[in-house]
Amino acid sequence: MSEKRLTASMVADAVYRAIPTLAQVLPDDVRAALVSARAEETHPRAHVVLDHLVENFALAECDRVPLCQDTGVVWVCLELGSDVAVGGDIFSEVDAAVARAFDEARLRTSLVRDAAFDRSNTGNNTPAFCEIRTTPKRCGARLHLMLKGGGSDNASRVVMLTPSAGHQGVIDEVVNCVRAKAVNACAPVIIGVGIGSTFDKVAALAKHALMRPLDEAAPDEQTAALEAELLSAVNATAIGAGGLGGVTTALAVKVNTAPCHIAALPLAINMGCSAMRRASIELI
Amino acid sequence: MNSYNLTLPLSKEILATLRAGDACMLTGTLYALRDAGHIRLLAELEERGNLPYGLVGQTLFYAGPTPEAAGRPFGAIGPTTASRMDFAAPELYRAGIVATLGKGQRSKEVVDACRETSSVYFIATGGAAAFLAKCVETSATLAYDDLGTEALRRIEVVDFPVFVGIDVLGNDVYARD
Repeated sequence: MSEKRLTASMVADAVYRAIPTLAQVLPDDVRAALVSARAEETHPRAHVVLDHLVENFALAECDRVPLCQDTGVVWVCLELGSDVAVGGDIFSEVDAAVARAFDEARLRTSLVRDAAFDRSNTGNNTPAFCEIRTTPKRCGARLHLMLKGGGSDNASRVVMLTPSAGHQGVIDEVVNCVRAKAVNACAPVIIGVGIGSTFDKVAALAKHALMRPLDEAAPDEQTAALEAELLSAVNATAIGAGGLGGVTTALAVKVNTAPCHIAALPLAINMGCSAMRRASIELI
Repeated sequence: MNSYNLTLPLSKEILATLRAGDACMLTGTLYALRDAGHIRLLAELEERGNLPYGLVGQTLFYAGPTPEAAGRPFGAIGPTTASRMDFAAPELYRAGIVATLGKGQRSKEVVDACRETSSVYFIATGGAAAFLAKCVETSATLAYDDLGTEALRRIEVVDFPVFVGIDVLGNDVYARD
């Protein structure tokens, strides 16, 4: 069977072309959720905040300026079908593409050289954080991209619950995280939840949950019901837009689950802000 | 919730009239500074014994903007999480900063410092930085240029929308009973 060939420059080129639009244009599903939250909001201060957010995405697109001053770290996930051949270091040209795109689109450079030992700015928003996922399907290659802000990532957490904590333990932990951190994450937030796998993988489950469109529930009924229950519990906190009160604390909760060790109940909560900048792009 | 149009810099008399939750439009000078810049400013304060760069009586805006765009000084500028500056805020209020502007909750130490020095913490909408950048007329870098987006900048704003987060009595808009 014929194989499709993917090169480093094809990946880098897609990253380069996507970044300005990612920074400036809010996805349609997030726009619709903000407009609908504003229509339902009766709290006066939360209503002002939602007015600002709706005006913001219209203005950013019209003037081609960033939605948020925190134009984020660049996260890249390359999803490869079994019909794709990859040679060498497929991400070798991504950093150069990021540096060029951030300079040309006049985005903020927000990365330091080393978290522990050298907190000087790298000056070009590199490195990007890249990963590869493979799938047995013969479905070509696609790129998942996110510009992730620092404030919302700081509001995220990984907790290794015990199995006895169960369903209620998961709900409580998500609500506690929202109570402690949603204000700092630019509510109304979008919450990615990972449950299962291992300590290192559960955070990726949560991150990938943020890629799912807000109007798309989980494909299986159990997970979709958990998403609805979590959203309702989070919005019952009445933290609201900007943390100033109101009915919409989260626009959506998205859950991914996985197998895990008999002793474990890993839980990750990846907080996404209302300026959710993400895209999935077909490569070949 | 009262609404006010305020001119910067803010006098202690005006600050004393504000209450947590009030909506204000700010016009005048703000000083943008965030994380790494605070470490530098505290070091200078320690060495000199007073605030440099004409900061006495002024308002600090916790923000790191994107570069100039669309004919404006910044393409986007908005508040960053204020709690990361809690380590410096009480000392800066005591040295003469009269207001800070950011997003999110502050520590008890910051609430106490607001009460003790009759100062205020304002909040602005996070994630609305294209909208807020339209309120900025000019910008000049005053110090710490090597920090890039984290440099100290003096910016002139017109009708910049904020809420009062913590007032001079120590009331906190985020407090939940």
